Amino acid sequence: MATHIPLDEIHGSQEMGEQTQRKLWLEVLHDWVTTVDHKKIGLMYISYALFFLLVAGFEALLMRIQLAVPNNHFVSPEVFNGLFTMHGTTMVFFVGMPILFGFGNYLIPLMIGARDMAFPRLNAFSFWISAFGGLLLYYSYIGGSGLYGAGSAPDVGWFAYAPLTAKVFSPGHSTDYWTLSLLLTGIGTIGTALNIVATIISMRCPGMKMSRLPLLPWLYLVTSGLAFVAIGPLTAAQIMLMLDRYLGSHFFDTQAGGSAVLWMHFFWIFGHPEVYILVLPAFAFANEIIPVFSRKAIFGYPAMVAASVGIGFVSLGVWAHHMFTVGLGAAENTFFVLSTMVIAVPTGIKIFNWLATLWGGKIQFTASMLFALAFLFQFLIAGLTGIMLSVAPFDWQLGNSYFVVAHFHYVLVGAILFMVFSAFYFWYPKMTGRMLSEKLGKWHFWLFLIGFHLTFDFMHIPGLLGMPRRVYTYEADRGWMIWNMIISSGAVVQAVATLLFVYNMVWSYFKGPLAGPDPWDAWTLEWTTTSPPPSYNFAETPEVSSRRPLWDLKHPDDPDSDYEIGPSRRSRAKKESQ
Amino acid sequence: MFLSQTWCGIATIMSSASGADPTNIFAPAGTPAKSIFNLSMLVLSVTAGIFLVVAGILVYVLFRYRMRKDSADADQEPPQIYGSNQIELSWTVIPILIVVMLFLATTRVIYTTEHAPRPKNVLEVTVVAHQFWWEFRYPKLGIVTANELHVPISDPNHPMPTYLTMSSADVDHSFWVPRLAGKTDVIPNKVNTMWIDPQTPGVYLGQCAQYCGVQHAKMLIRVYADTPKQFAAWVAQQQKPAVEDPAVAEGRNVFMHNACISCHTISGTVATGRFAPDLTHVGSRDTIASGSVPNTPANLKRFIEDPANFKPGALMPPMHLDSHDLDAVTAYLTSLK
Repeated sequence: MATHIPLDEIHGSQEMGEQTQRKLWLEVLHDWVTTVDHKKIGLMYISYALFFLLVAGFEALLMRIQLAVPNNHFVSPEVFNGLFTMHGTTMVFFVGMPILFGFGNYLIPLMIGARDMAFPRLNAFSFWISAFGGLLLYYSYIGGSGLYGAGSAPDVGWFAYAPLTAKVFSPGHSTDYWTLSLLLTGIGTIGTALNIVATIISMRCPGMKMSRLPLLPWLYLVTSGLAFVAIGPLTAAQIMLMLDRYLGSHFFDTQAGGSAVLWMHFFWIFGHPEVYILVLPAFAFANEIIPVFSRKAIFGYPAMVAASVGIGFVSLGVWAHHMFTVGLGAAENTFFVLSTMVIAVPTGIKIFNWLATLWGGKIQFTASMLFALAFLFQFLIAGLTGIMLSVAPFDWQLGNSYFVVAHFHYVLVGAILFMVFSAFYFWYPKMTGRMLSEKLGKWHFWLFLIGFHLTFDFMHIPGLLGMPRRVYTYEADRGWMIWNMIISSGAVVQAVATLLFVYNMVWSYFKGPLAGPDPWDAWTLEWTTTSPPPSYNFAETPEVSSRRPLWDLKHPDDPDSDYEIGPSRRSRAKKESQ
Repeated sequence: MFLSQTWCGIATIMSSASGADPTNIFAPAGTPAKSIFNLSMLVLSVTAGIFLVVAGILVYVLFRYRMRKDSADADQEPPQIYGSNQIELSWTVIPILIVVMLFLATTRVIYTTEHAPRPKNVLEVTVVAHQFWWEFRYPKLGIVTANELHVPISDPNHPMPTYLTMSSADVDHSFWVPRLAGKTDVIPNKVNTMWIDPQTPGVYLGQCAQYCGVQHAKMLIRVYADTPKQFAAWVAQQQKPAVEDPAVAEGRNVFMHNACISCHTISGTVATGRFAPDLTHVGSRDTIASGSVPNTPANLKRFIEDPANFKPGALMPPMHLDSHDLDAVTAYLTSLK
């Protein structure tokens, strides 16, 4: 049975069951460091992201303590400005991206019936260079002012508007650590995106036409396509910034005639697609999890694919809605109002299709499903506040206020993090061979839900009352204190819930009930192999003839393959069968 | 418009529940803020309607279609439905119609605000944002002041809006006085304009809304909307040269013989610096340190003694004055009404 080797315990080795002899920890370490197995790389991405989730969550907690009351002196302004910069950068680049790429890495080959990614060594390279980027960012706490001095974190905000990043306004090296770490992570991201596209295009098992591709890989395909287009401008901007800082160029150096607005364009051409790079994988999880726990096929598969691809394209043309207050001009603002509002249409299709999937089903309220349903509810609200912000004049009031902070946390936490938690409860059994505790899972869910709503529902209000973001403190006479107190108390509840989740993962790794290959009675290929899967995934290459190969196996009398010609033909087929 | 009234009601309750909210966007006091307010009521009504419908369906579905272990067909899978072109078309077309409606309403407000016809009588003010304070220059009136912007109220029958021409001396900032108008970014190497027209006298608060460095949080704005009479009096007083009070000659002497003069201006003296706030009439202001503390001799003294400690991030270096000189300078500055 299982050997208890520390590193295995953290990462959840796949070979536990097969292993009879105790390996030296050095061998295990060597194994993990040199692995090109997509599952191990996926797990390393996930563990790495979870570590940074705790770090960046802790930073958020410190900020919320500082802001609980006006004119607080818990941290200095300099420390606070470093905290929100590190919190934002970490959560986007070293939690969101790696955790989603981790799941993608782990699941895509399994779901398309492949034995690994298309380029296993590129996969390992991408992980390690991204991981190094994260370490580099945090090394700024030691080396930010040069190795001889006390360190300082970058304090320019996660979108680092020029010219605050210029040498004269940001002396020392903390901004350089920020720049370089994003540059490196960007390379890793492009590598992974390339790998995912190549894998999905060329490694699908026999019978899996693109029209039979499960929605999770479909959405990862769109995400990866977006990453291709979006990371380039960020990388270019970082290089220009380095040239400005060290070689005397003047791209963003306004003192010498450079343009601050140019940086904004470059950053948001990356920054807005980035939101969709993060949220599409969350949609991808929902597309797999909601049908299983409704016991129904996804409603409107072709429309779901079309909506995702549509979101992908439109999201490339909305960036200047982050710049409604920059003074671009009425015509430009009007264009970006329209393109932003248009996104509501494919997004609406998705929400309605999920509702239609639930409709007529037999909904099982597992911990995983609870998180997915909360995702649905919260994503609805996030979408609606997004529509408010797309109304440019409303944005002139709400932009850069706490309302915006509430809005994007509703997306990043209320939608994405909830869906990531849902994915953990759903696929943890596949990854480790053991179920997560449902009881602890429900505690985790309800606590996190309460904490989330305490924090982020009430965070809209100080924004409406005129509180700008990124302030280390605020005036007592503005009527913001009561709301900030509530927000901060919710943050504590969320922290407790997250610790409960971590405890659940550790406890269940040893004590959880055995999962078996298919604990949820699900329908995609990853559930045909053992939990955890062997390093080669499938003993034989599977063959599929529909989008839900396991449904076909379990219901040979009424297989999906009879119906999958498109919705209209489907109803005719049904009539004929009756 | 029932919903719209509900929202107004909620907004009013919100503002009364927490006392006076000096920066509530739902308490507009000028034309731009009012047109945004009206548009926001429309948007809130539409989004609230969508929310009620969709969330209602979600709750219904969760209740109606929950797994029931005791029903007869508990171990059977529900009927599999793969989609419906008609239904999916309907929830594509309806959102498109809503988007078109919101887009048209939005476009109208964008154009009526950004391309508003400019009346004959306007007050022109040049706004220069600095780390971490605001410079207000009245080019036609020959006035330069800091952090406290005085403007006349604008009577809707005889509009007298104030046009702000804005740029930054260093990094990005954003000028935001929520009750008067939406924010406009203040960016180096770029000139932006906006206009405000407060209609009732009073002080309107705001602050910098674009992160600009260490002391972004206390880069506050105070807009004084004066009656025409008050405004005329304020202008007349600001146009005078600096007060020459022999009682504070010693403090004046200290000021003029220190580095103060390289950054600050006091009109009619050798102090002609442009880097820091104009102090010609600093004694007439209600606040110092960019609106963050009342303008009392005690606060002024603490500021001068150690600016970086009093207001972290302030670019003014400590002058290392002994306590005698400190008192003298404080008395001199206080006298500059």
